[in-house]
Amino acid sequence: MARHEGRGMASVNYPIGMNLGGDPSQALIHSNPEGKFTVALSAIDLGQGMKQVSRQIAAETLGVPVEDVFVDTADSDTGPHDMGSFASRGTHRMGNAIIVAAREARGVLLEAAAEELEVNAADLVTDGRGNIHVRGAPSKTITVKATAQAAQFKQGKTIAGRGIFLIPLSAVDAETGEMNPNTAFAHACLVADVSVDDETGEVEVLRMTSAYELGRVINPRMVEQQLVGGAWMGISHALYETPEPYYPSIEHGPRDFNEYLMPGPGEIAPYHVTVLERPAPDGPFGGKGPGEMCANPVLPAVANAVYNAVGVRVDELPITPEKILRAIRANGGVKPGPRRGGPVNWR
Amino acid sequence: MATMEMRKDLFADERDDNLNVVGKGLQRQDMPGHVTGRTRYFDDHGFEGLLHLKIVRSPHAHARIRSIDVSAAERAPGVKRVLRGADVPVNKNTLLSLINFGKDDEPSLAVDKVRYKGEPVVAIIAESEAQALAARKLVRIDYDPLPTVFDVEEALAPGAPTVNETYPGNYFEYHERFDHQKLRFGDVERGFASADIVMEHRYQMSPIEHAPTETNGTIAAPDQNGRYLVHSCAQGLFFSLDTTAKIVGLPSNMLHFVGGTVGGGFGGKVDSLTEPLAVLGAMMTGKPVRFVLDREEEMLYGSPRGAERIYVKDGLMRDGRIVARYIRSYFDAGAYTRLSSYAAIKCTAHVPGPYWIPNVASDIHVAYTNRCPSTAMRGFGVTAVDFALEVQMDRLAEAANMDPMEFRILNAYRDGDMKPHRRAAKNTALIECVQVAAETANWPLSEQARRQTSHTGGAGERGQVPATVIDTKGQIGRPDTRAGTATQTLPAGTMRIPLSKQPVMDGSRDGRAAPTQVPRYEQVSPAITPPAPPPYTSSPYQSTTSPPASQLPPGPPMPAPVPPPAPAAPTQTQHGAVRFSSVFGTRRR
Repeated sequence: MARHEGRGMASVNYPIGMNLGGDPSQALIHSNPEGKFTVALSAIDLGQGMKQVSRQIAAETLGVPVEDVFVDTADSDTGPHDMGSFASRGTHRMGNAIIVAAREARGVLLEAAAEELEVNAADLVTDGRGNIHVRGAPSKTITVKATAQAAQFKQGKTIAGRGIFLIPLSAVDAETGEMNPNTAFAHACLVADVSVDDETGEVEVLRMTSAYELGRVINPRMVEQQLVGGAWMGISHALYETPEPYYPSIEHGPRDFNEYLMPGPGEIAPYHVTVLERPAPDGPFGGKGPGEMCANPVLPAVANAVYNAVGVRVDELPITPEKILRAIRANGGVKPGPRRGGPVNWR
Repeated sequence: MATMEMRKDLFADERDDNLNVVGKGLQRQDMPGHVTGRTRYFDDHGFEGLLHLKIVRSPHAHARIRSIDVSAAERAPGVKRVLRGADVPVNKNTLLSLINFGKDDEPSLAVDKVRYKGEPVVAIIAESEAQALAARKLVRIDYDPLPTVFDVEEALAPGAPTVNETYPGNYFEYHERFDHQKLRFGDVERGFASADIVMEHRYQMSPIEHAPTETNGTIAAPDQNGRYLVHSCAQGLFFSLDTTAKIVGLPSNMLHFVGGTVGGGFGGKVDSLTEPLAVLGAMMTGKPVRFVLDREEEMLYGSPRGAERIYVKDGLMRDGRIVARYIRSYFDAGAYTRLSSYAAIKCTAHVPGPYWIPNVASDIHVAYTNRCPSTAMRGFGVTAVDFALEVQMDRLAEAANMDPMEFRILNAYRDGDMKPHRRAAKNTALIECVQVAAETANWPLSEQARRQTSHTGGAGERGQVPATVIDTKGQIGRPDTRAGTATQTLPAGTMRIPLSKQPVMDGSRDGRAAPTQVPRYEQVSPAITPPAPPPYTSSPYQSTTSPPASQLPPGPPMPAPVPPPAPAAPTQTQHGAVRFSSVFGTRRR
């Protein structure tokens, strides 16, 4: 009786946004008289970081400090229409809508500043620290705050913008499946190292190593949070979770977290992610979205690692000890596959 | 323990990294509230005189309702109102009616029949949760159990009990023509015949519970001017508002939805499980009403990720090239459609995974069974098929005696490759991900595999739409056509769906270092319109309906020119957001 180590991999891509388009997002941005901006949305923050992504994209586009932007979401009386937070669409769709709105607001801001400085708005730049100055002449300058005050109380200008992003709805051909699906795709490859106990059938994920290509990363800490949390969910999907343990029988359904099996802190595997950025031509600053795909490669990579470890294929999820022991028995014992590579190049 | 690193050296010439804020790991705006417990969720709103709504659910997976007696429950202490199906103004809905996809098939409260164990039948509104729960036991419902079906393939077999009368064959109807969604690209049968190795395996994805920390729930309260304030945990605020407005029969501006901070969703808060009845309760009682699922309800009756059964068949050459792939899969929708119909389309667009294969076909079915309706969950339409495809890829690599990484790189799609849904791949990066993962994991790759890139080796012949064999297999109402054969071959280059108007991104004009790309809808120069599809017959029972290939106009060269955008078709007057015209030729009813 022994534990057998194995290594498996999987590579995947993932479509960003509702598959057939037809999922608009809108954004409204306005400044108060001190040059502090509010972004009004109806997007939902499920914990994934919708507010902060929106805030950083707005601040970048406006050219103001991120502290001067707050995102207000989601109130249907004040936030304009958005399809919702699903289909990995938030960053891509809403990010683009925010850029459109912020560009419009920035245009008014620079016009107001130009009037105060008596220059051409096309010659103005922002420094991202709350100042507007003439390109090549840093001394000829005005603060965003003074500009907003002038716009509100002197010039009668609204420093505001509105934006929408829409990929129009595509039809689907009945006979060939031809369609215009998503325009942006993220990519990933994941390696799982597992240990399989041939006496108990238990699988332990020892570590995972992956590479994700996500377009432009808007906030690396939030990308890390998504990818790591999602990978642990992938372990859970691969090895533990099911509301119907003997599907298609509906019996033995769990009623609470005592009966619904999920990994605890002891089952969380060390994980290393490398992020690549190939900007999406139509993404906000090239961003795509890491939302949904981060669990996907884990399921097959773990299944393939189990095969590499003990020579059994479990093609029905989750990969439970019962299924592994039955498969080892049917296979006439453990049949380890070839060892693949050496110790990982990360700590 | 988890660590992340960025590989800024890759694709560096496609980015300008000189940005102020984007790309910085700044603390989240909402983090202080989260870590100090001050963030307010939907259930953190108190109202004076708040009432509580609880649901009486079906104990049967399939049964006719003979009678419902709520008289004792109505007289129970604290009970303010008991709701039945007849009290719901529009007691039949399908979520995607908002984009005109599919027929209304699901009641808020069951009327004549229950179709899964746990289906809501009666709602009780009382002054306290305990009183509502106590009154729940006083509702008398007389059921007549019916035969059940739980397996997707058994549900599609002749003689299976009909689960949902809106779809009497137990399948979602695509294009008013077929019992599944087809994908056809090239000639898979010829591909299999030419292959050295042909391999088929069956894969089964389990249902999965979303298991959010915060269960589904809503608080709805009467407001000024006949409006209702609704604290919601919906993942799509207006999606839920529009769904609710339709079901309770109110103009959309009578509803004021507030949400946006949700305690975990993963797709399980797209269905508006609680909003409509909470609002209806507030309308009926004139009081604020709270409707929250408890953990057991969330786990048993909050819709899960649907199970999928997937058969993958591949034709493989000994040198490792995949020459044909055919996928037949079955989404288990449960008793009602919810979003499964859309997932099958998403799955169709995803086939055959991130690889270039010259002959690809798939038949994706949505089957109704007597289980809790399934719905969106993180990656649905893709997660399960990725499991099947990537385990199959492992098997194929072994059959070709190749390293699994090298096998992925050999078959990976690259810029300019034609995908089976007839759009060219761009902005691809699978090869680079495999290379970087191999390097970091210390998994040796050959020099040749390390030299490959996504920029090269694609397009050309791989960028063409091949001559494609099509068929009329699986016509609605005709199980005898499930094994139908090819009817014609479309010439190479055939395109039928106009390209969508794509936003054109332009750069910054004000001299900022950051290249701010802004989507603009600019008119593309007028061009030839792709050939129209052959007319579809209105009768689903008519067999071969497509004209012979010789009558079809030749397809345009790739890439197909962009036609001018068509004016939006007039849409039905409904509540809420703009409706689109029929997506798939399936009218709402």
